[in-house]
Amino acid sequence: MTPSWSNLATELLQRFGDETRYAIPILQAIQTEQGYIPIPLLEAIASKAHHLQANQLYGVATFYSQFTFTPKGVHTIKVCMGTACFVKGAEHIVDAFKSALSIEVGETTVDGSFTLQTVACLGCCSLAPAVMIDGHVFGQVTPERVKELLKTKGFGL
Amino acid sequence: MITITVGLGTCGIAAGAQAVYDELLRQIDPQHIQLRKTSCNGHCYQEPIVEVFQDSKLKGVFYQVKPVDVATLLRTLLATKPSSSSRLGQEQRVVLENCGLIDPESISEYIDRGGYIALEKARTLSPMDVVTMIKESGLRGRGGAGFSTGLKWQFALNNPSSPKVVIANADEGDPGAFMDRAVLEGDPHRVIEGLLIAAHATGATSAYIYIRAEYPLAIKRLRHAIAEVSAAGKLGNVSLEIKEGAGAFVCGEETALMASMEGERGMPRFKPPFPAQSGLWGQPTTINNVETLAAIPWIVRHGAEAFSKLGTEKSRGTKVFSLAGKVKYPGLVEVEMGTSLRTMIEQLGGGTSSGSPIKAVQMGGPSGGCVPESLLDTALTYEDLQATGAIMGSGGVIVMDQATCMIDIAKYFLNFIQNESCGKCTFCRIGTKRMFEILTRITQGKGDLSDIDELLDLSTQISKASLCQLGKTAANPVLTTLQYFKEEYLEHIVEKKCRAHVCKALIRYNIKSELCTGCTLCAKRCPVSCIQGAPKGCHIIDESCCTKCGVCLSVCRFGAVTVSTGVVS
Repeated sequence: MTPSWSNLATELLQRFGDETRYAIPILQAIQTEQGYIPIPLLEAIASKAHHLQANQLYGVATFYSQFTFTPKGVHTIKVCMGTACFVKGAEHIVDAFKSALSIEVGETTVDGSFTLQTVACLGCCSLAPAVMIDGHVFGQVTPERVKELLKTKGFGL
Repeated sequence: MITITVGLGTCGIAAGAQAVYDELLRQIDPQHIQLRKTSCNGHCYQEPIVEVFQDSKLKGVFYQVKPVDVATLLRTLLATKPSSSSRLGQEQRVVLENCGLIDPESISEYIDRGGYIALEKARTLSPMDVVTMIKESGLRGRGGAGFSTGLKWQFALNNPSSPKVVIANADEGDPGAFMDRAVLEGDPHRVIEGLLIAAHATGATSAYIYIRAEYPLAIKRLRHAIAEVSAAGKLGNVSLEIKEGAGAFVCGEETALMASMEGERGMPRFKPPFPAQSGLWGQPTTINNVETLAAIPWIVRHGAEAFSKLGTEKSRGTKVFSLAGKVKYPGLVEVEMGTSLRTMIEQLGGGTSSGSPIKAVQMGGPSGGCVPESLLDTALTYEDLQATGAIMGSGGVIVMDQATCMIDIAKYFLNFIQNESCGKCTFCRIGTKRMFEILTRITQGKGDLSDIDELLDLSTQISKASLCQLGKTAANPVLTTLQYFKEEYLEHIVEKKCRAHVCKALIRYNIKSELCTGCTLCAKRCPVSCIQGAPKGCHIIDESCCTKCGVCLSVCRFGAVTVSTGVVS
């Protein structure tokens, strides 16, 4: 165990509390702050906690799609696969991203700049097909617009 | 005084409304013009929307505004005639009455429009009187199951143990449904008020809003609203907290939702005990959907009778539907229950975006089904929709035209379900995967006629042997498409043909040499660069890397690109 994981584990337990109900908030904080869930950190938390076990934390982390065990790229692309987006050709948008980035869904580019994901529904069905890049939603995306989107700097509007 | 409002919901922002707002802020003279934020009014197809008011009267509406239009807009501000939206006149707004009108980050604007009067009124009544009022209104759960809200509250009220809990279920997971997001972003205090009335009626002292993490703007506005309502001293003895979901569709199911709040994998539990008997941490718990709670303040303010006058005998009140897919005017509509599906789609939604006839309408998300065009006169009530094989569900309505493949849609939903199955029940976990594999085979042209019996057999077994509604209804998308579109299944299996030109393995793109002028447009626009050809020479599609996205077909001005399907004779 690296000392930093140990310190972080102590800090997280102090911040949230040593109870089962805090498993998800703790994992959410780790995912946001570290960009992924480091297994050694889960083990460090379990070794210090009374009510949180490593297997339980791991079980929760593998259940919910928000958590990943590998570091994400600098930018995360989420292609919406909701029904509205699907009937308006979301699969073609995914294909265009895969081809432009030379990665599969769930993977990160070699240079660590982009992670490609699909999500169930962003709730922007009236703008279908929709893509979320770093929290910004882009609507009415076409396969042709994909390359242009990847060149956008900062992804603000 | 002139007031300008800009709709800043997620859809508006994605369409560029923030940039329009910023540009307005830069150009207006704050001495004469007041700039206000509001949220989505449901007319998502017109975003960004700018509205102009003079002395609180609507003077003009500007649709699809871009930052470059701002200067002209400000010059002609009062010269425009108020263009009343034809759609609003046909709607009956209860839940959405404030959406797009008030600033969602201002409690005073909510109060100015009658907000929190219902809470005060409810608190002067006994819990039983409030329960009776909601029962008499005929309000049924808007999350999908359609259970009587008043009865649900009564079960919790009758339970003598304490403390008790109320939860707003804002885990809007059905793909294609976004009314809860719009209400939370546009009128968060309404949901909070509904939840506090539920707390009073059931005797709860803890209130939670369980919301999916995919709605960051809704979460932000809810946090702001909670801080405001707390500062205004309206919480009384109730603690109110937000719980963020972590991405699992099944957590919309109430027992899975509670498991998730308790810090566990979100797996449904056996009922009984029902949440009202033993819910969150064993406490009596009432869980209501966002739209249900948003209707409560209106009912308390106007009385049970005013609400029960709307709708039909068994399906009272109004319902918000999210129109999306291949519909001309996508967005939210709130109509009286009993309105026909055809009226909603053709009159309010403007028919299909392509102008081609409607093929089917998918209602109710993954638990719902596809209603064919021939049944569009079905009334929008719980019972009538169920009779078609679809369900009311949370109100997601996806319009499909002739270019939608029904087997592809069934496959889409089965893929969704097999991904989201929590894994507890074997039939749901493995059965839905087998169904997805069969449908995949059919769309690849590798299907067999026996596959249809296999799908029906699996559907029955999964439905019988699953614990929760996710599994029990998992086969609905397959059953309804088999019921209404069996010939398409047969075409895929026997003729290897996809009439909608969707299933990639069954279609081929070609360029007709006699029509190709060599304009190079298709080669330039092809996202995977698989079209070769010299300028003014005939172009050829390299099928080995073609992803069949159809861009070449849509950009060719000479009709040279063709698509074919079926066994080549």
